[in-house]
Amino acid sequence: MTYPRGIFIRNSATQRVNHWITAACFVLLMISGLAMFHPMLFWLSALFGGGQWMRAVHPWVGCILVVSYAGMIVQYVRDNLPTHDDVAWMKAIGSVLTNDEEHIPEVPRFNTGQKFVFWSMALLVPVLLITGLAIWDAYFEHATPIETQRIAALIHSMAAAIAIIIWIIHVYAAIWVRGSVRAMTRGYVTPGWAWRHHRKWLRQLVETGSMGPRPGS
Amino acid sequence: MPNNLQSQDYIRISATTLTPPSVRRHEEEVAKLIDVTRCIGCKACQAACMEWNNLRGSVGQFEGTYDNPLDLDPNTWTLMRFTEWDNPKGDLEWLIRKDGCMHCEDPGCLKACPAPGAIVQYASGIVDFVSENCIGCGYCVKGCPFNIPRISQVDHKSYKCTLCSDRVGVGLEPACVKACPTGAIMFGSKTDMTTWASERVEDLKSRGFENAGLYDPPGVGGTHVMYVLHHADMPSIYAGLPDNPHISTFVQAWKGALKPIALAGVAFAAVAGFLHWVVWGSNEVEDRDEKEAAELIRAEGGPK
Repeated sequence: MTYPRGIFIRNSATQRVNHWITAACFVLLMISGLAMFHPMLFWLSALFGGGQWMRAVHPWVGCILVVSYAGMIVQYVRDNLPTHDDVAWMKAIGSVLTNDEEHIPEVPRFNTGQKFVFWSMALLVPVLLITGLAIWDAYFEHATPIETQRIAALIHSMAAAIAIIIWIIHVYAAIWVRGSVRAMTRGYVTPGWAWRHHRKWLRQLVETGSMGPRPGS
Repeated sequence: MPNNLQSQDYIRISATTLTPPSVRRHEEEVAKLIDVTRCIGCKACQAACMEWNNLRGSVGQFEGTYDNPLDLDPNTWTLMRFTEWDNPKGDLEWLIRKDGCMHCEDPGCLKACPAPGAIVQYASGIVDFVSENCIGCGYCVKGCPFNIPRISQVDHKSYKCTLCSDRVGVGLEPACVKACPTGAIMFGSKTDMTTWASERVEDLKSRGFENAGLYDPPGVGGTHVMYVLHHADMPSIYAGLPDNPHISTFVQAWKGALKPIALAGVAFAAVAGFLHWVVWGSNEVEDRDEKEAAELIRAEGGPK
């Protein structure tokens, strides 16, 4: 892996690949899911080669996402555990939203907003998996009673809508905080970026003489 | 949505936000009346259905009951269901009900269907599946209060009774009606069938079936297939005919309130993000940050 001199690695290559597999699956699921959710968006089914193909493909993409997100959990869970830093960060949410960096406490590898996205998806993905299996008619048509499938369809749609909203927050935050997209594409950030947004993480890396993404690595 | 020649007959179309063609709303609604009390269970209707619709199910197993096959399937659009019922007097009654699509006035299948034009309701009230638009998702199965549609594992299309819409469209009665040897299945305008049914109900009451009645459940806005039952107070004794069928509350929420709420939530998130950017702008690293970081790195032992 080649990185420019003097940078810090924000996300390892494995993490990045894992992230983008998840992202690709999520976008495909979102498009096909919205097409099946609302008549005005059914035209999106054309992107999958028509309604039949979309209906057939959606659950399989979901399966890939589940495996992929499990990988995300394994790779990121340690740095997403709640700490006292989160309390301080939440208290300064007003400063966060107004780019008032002076009044935001020092943040470790992930801030509370990022942890919120991580844990929301960690909760929603299993919900979408279980409810999705119940309404996967090609294989599980008779696995559960129809009443269960009705409830599953409702919960699946609600969970998906929440997931899409969280995804929008996630994508917007990446655009808003400049340098974040590169942190997930090429994997690195400048020392100034780390200082500005994740100072506690930067201090830990510098103390251990690490290039990142974790102290000592 | 690909059109066919009868598109002006549709008064309801699945997965559309627009008003379907309504010039023929004046058309008289039809109904099939199944007089359970006159049925002898000969299955001529079942055979006629297969014959007219050209359906050939695979030969199944004998399961020790008259129900054959055991359940509706993509090749069985109507099915005689036999029930041995011990009445309160201690006598055995053999209840035989011809099961199949009820052609609800407010069809749950159509409400649940996500594919535009895969399920339609004609001005006559007949609910029909347009296979070329069907995506095989099975939502109709969840929407149906009567457990009727069946998805084929071969072609992933949903199938059910069409009320012989192709025959009715050219002025013929449905095949099952044509074949019934006892006149237990009648077909005509819904008004005529209701009138005829009330005569039958009166007759039955005079013969000791005081709970005889017409099954035209209001929970689904009435149906275009109705039953005369000797025990209309207990529809469920007829092989699980729902006592008070209605579209499930879960399906109503899923296909009703949730759709605008969810899309509004998604749109709100996107607009909020855009406005945040317009008001506060992006958060960019400044030279000062790079300087401070460089200082920290130097203090801790220089660049790696």
